[in-house]
Amino acid sequence: MSEFFTDLGTALPRLVEEGLRDTLLSFLGGAVLMVLVAVLLGLATHQGPIWLRGISRAIVEFFRGTSLVVQLFFLFYALPTLTGVDLGSMWTAILALGLNYGAYGAEVVRGSLAAVPKGQWETATALSMPWATKIRRIIWPQAWALMLPGFNNLLVMLVKGTAVVGLVLLNDLTFESEQVRREVGTWPAFLAALIIYFLIALVVSGVLRVLERRAQRRLGLGDFGSQKERRTDDETDDAAPAHAGVA
Amino acid sequence: MPTDSTPTTEAATSTDPAPRIEFEDVEKKFGKTTVLKDLNFTIGRGERVTLIGPSGSGKTTILRLLMTLEDLTDGYIWVDGDPLTHDRRDGKRVELKPKQIAQVRKRIGMVFQQFNLFPNMSVLDNITEAPIHVLGQSKDEAKENALTLLDRVGLRNRADAHPTQLSGGQQQRVAIARALAMDPEILLLDEVTSALDPELVGDVLGVLEDVAETTDITMLIVTHEMQFARDVSQRVMMFDGGQIVEEAPPEEMFTRPKNERTQKFLEAII
Ligand SMILES: Nc1ncnc2c1ncn2[C@@H]1O[C@H](COP(=O)(O)OP(=O)(O)O)[C@@H](O)[C@H]1O
Ligand SMILES: [Mg+2]
Repeated sequence: MSEFFTDLGTALPRLVEEGLRDTLLSFLGGAVLMVLVAVLLGLATHQGPIWLRGISRAIVEFFRGTSLVVQLFFLFYALPTLTGVDLGSMWTAILALGLNYGAYGAEVVRGSLAAVPKGQWETATALSMPWATKIRRIIWPQAWALMLPGFNNLLVMLVKGTAVVGLVLLNDLTFESEQVRREVGTWPAFLAALIIYFLIALVVSGVLRVLERRAQRRLGLGDFGSQKERRTDDETDDAAPAHAGVA
Repeated sequence: MPTDSTPTTEAATSTDPAPRIEFEDVEKKFGKTTVLKDLNFTIGRGERVTLIGPSGSGKTTILRLLMTLEDLTDGYIWVDGDPLTHDRRDGKRVELKPKQIAQVRKRIGMVFQQFNLFPNMSVLDNITEAPIHVLGQSKDEAKENALTLLDRVGLRNRADAHPTQLSGGQQQRVAIARALAMDPEILLLDEVTSALDPELVGDVLGVLEDVAETTDITMLIVTHEMQFARDVSQRVMMFDGGQIVEEAPPEEMFTRPKNERTQKFLEAII
């Protein structure tokens, strides 16, 4: 038993040193691209003229309907041969993750836009707001609060989704745990990877929940109330990054 | 705010005799259901008209067509003689571009049954948002106007409140102030007190009576408050099945309705 913990003690710092960087980079890059793709495709599928809706729908269905692994291989092996564009491992991983998860995110964005009450859209029109003003000032702040739980879900899935980037030769946590496994055995190696993935997911989810509470409070939802209550809430919010730091 | 001049001044002095609003052969279908057909009427400048009629008779649809919230299936709507969504060119009916529609739409404001305050901003910001971002007013100017309007609706002390902290009646008064902040020529009011607790109705109607008295805004009012209709409007139009079945000044309409359907309707609601 104590040997198990010694092995775990060997595996953990090795994974953090050797594998964490690529996992985090592909996650962060993938997350940024995911949100970008989700917003663009989500807006296009909900608000675009009919032809743009068709195109963006097709893009969403394509990336949702084909496997991430195939997309990775295509971008990494086929794209350079076909077009001469070689993105390299990290950009390939980020692009594939961002497009794939972004396609799911587009549905989250579209659903959230559709969930903003019709009266809000109509009132903005009745006040003669141009489309961009209506979206930016009225609709988006409300839809944002609705899409955060969906994004939370997707980002946690994206953390785990980065486990395939070893296929394009990145030294991520999963790849490194395969290496460490040879020295310390299967259980300690995979348990170490599991712990690190779990902690990353926990931080991501925690950050998103803070954002969610902020967004809801701005809409007067959730625990919004008297000044006093609000101040208490702010304290809880300020404490959250501290927890994240410990994690 | 257009606070001066009596309702008739502009009509009397204007060189352009075009009515403020004209519906010409208006048709509205939802899918295969025809809601309005061959509808023709005009509303004068500064006139205040109440629309009554049973549920489903098309009153809301008329207001929503004017606010461009519904597509006009056929016919024309003219505002000050300008086409709202469709123009007649060489005898042909042509749809206007969104930019052109926006120009005329700016003259029209609407207050909804459900208030629809923006939950992502304070009461004050609800009112200043469109003046700043649509009319291009400076923040200070918009804020000053908004505070004056809040004063008028009796809510100046709630400027920094969040919409959810207000009662329904207060929210509706803010919604009225928000519509007025755009300085509309035409104000559309669709059952603005129907969602309110009875004890809150009076304050909202009081505000609207004040607006009617002190401005020359043309008003189209859908309401079940007959006393209010009598107090503020110069004309009442009774609708049934998308048709005007009777129109008359409120005194006449409410005391000696001629049409049988009007009589039945008024008996039922009074
Ligand atoms: N979006 C819609 N789709 C289908 N039918 C509608 C829609 N809006 C209104 N209608 C129909 O149009 C008719 C007139 O409705 P409305 O203008 O709301 O009447 P009112 O305001 O006088 O009660 C009703 O029969 C209603 O069912
Ligand atoms: Mg109605």
